[in-house]
Amino acid sequence: MDGAFILAHVPDYLSGAWVTLRFGLYGVACSLALGLLCCLVRSFRVPVLRQIAGGYIELARNTPLLVQLFFLYAGLPRVGIKFSAEACAVIGLTFLGGAYMAEAFRSGLESVDKSQTEAGACIGLTRAQNIRYVVFPQALATAVPALFANVIFLIKETSVFSVLAMMDLMNVADTLRTSGGHTVEVLFMLAAAYLMILLPVSLLATLAERRLRYAGFGDRHSV
Amino acid sequence: MQDLGIGILFKGVNFQRLLGGLWVTLRLALITIGLSCLFGLLFGMLMLSGKRIVKAFCRLWLEIVRFMPQLVLLYLVYFGFARLFGWDLDGETSAVIVFTFWGTAEMGDLIRGALTSIPRHQTESAAALGLNKARIYLHILIPQTLRRLLPQAINLSTRIIKTTALVKMINVTEVLKVGQQIIGQFYRQPDAAFWVYFVIFLLYFLVCWPFSLLARHLEKRWA
Repeated sequence: MDGAFILAHVPDYLSGAWVTLRFGLYGVACSLALGLLCCLVRSFRVPVLRQIAGGYIELARNTPLLVQLFFLYAGLPRVGIKFSAEACAVIGLTFLGGAYMAEAFRSGLESVDKSQTEAGACIGLTRAQNIRYVVFPQALATAVPALFANVIFLIKETSVFSVLAMMDLMNVADTLRTSGGHTVEVLFMLAAAYLMILLPVSLLATLAERRLRYAGFGDRHSV
Repeated sequence: MQDLGIGILFKGVNFQRLLGGLWVTLRLALITIGLSCLFGLLFGMLMLSGKRIVKAFCRLWLEIVRFMPQLVLLYLVYFGFARLFGWDLDGETSAVIVFTFWGTAEMGDLIRGALTSIPRHQTESAAALGLNKARIYLHILIPQTLRRLLPQAINLSTRIIKTTALVKMINVTEVLKVGQQIIGQFYRQPDAAFWVYFVIFLLYFLVCWPFSLLARHLEKRWA
């Protein structure tokens, strides 16, 4: 391995990592919002919107991000709907991630026993208070592992952004690789860079799970 | 052809060509799923074995495939192995190696989870009823394990089908590439790209959706 080559190209990888991380996080944030929205629309059985959310979730979960991006970036402009590469990246990742986040939220909500809301109503909580203080904390605690798994999944999925001609980690590595001579170093740094991004996220997930494990209230298995 | 660009899909053998491209990835996915089930069984049993070093090895393997984007793994094998070991693998072989490496660990972990989920009293009660070992496996353990495993394994399979779309990035002529060729031929038709990518999107959905529905159906029935 050529140490000098690696050192010389650390800045390239840093800028690539920044693109990967930044757009990954934009995507994650929007996915969380969209996922929560879809989950609420479905669990409150809002007519029409609920069917739309259901259809969207099926579409997004059963198609590859790469194909979604091609459609967004190369297909839609041909009928007059044009987005920049960056916008496509965020829209694409949100389209995919929103569906996964919605499912994670839903499994959290479904894990909260009906007796919890009934008990809440008995002690005089309004519907909003019930959701805020009884359902939401428990649902979130159950959903956190799945939510974090989705975050890691989405950051990994950003690796296809290079088809949008964005200079993310993958594209930085590809450019350096094709300029020749140092394939092994280039790939080594690529793997190391993803590890350095994802390891902290995974540690954070473990910490969050550990803290939230105590957030379950009542005995869910007694009824 | 002056009317809608979707017409080009039904011109000549274009639609068959697209299906042929889709089959390239589907075939890779099928091979991968088959191999992953086979090796995954082994992997799952290794994870349950008492040997600490074996467990640590499996754990490391699982962490690697969970942390590395599949595209990075593809690059490592497709470009890296040629440099490191002089193996000049073609795209499809690299894809099978990488996706099986990934699928084995994921499938193995599912199998491990399914096997450990069955409480010991099941075996003990069966033994108390006078069933011999073979019958305990046949009537008690295997059916229960399969019920847990099958929905998750089907979900993993759809993930594998979606992930094989990535072979586009290592120069395999699959459905997106065929789509690009068709668009190139019909460059006079401005909305060709829209329809081609839209149809590819739908094709993937039509392949993966039935699997998702089946998994959900089984999950509900056997929950």
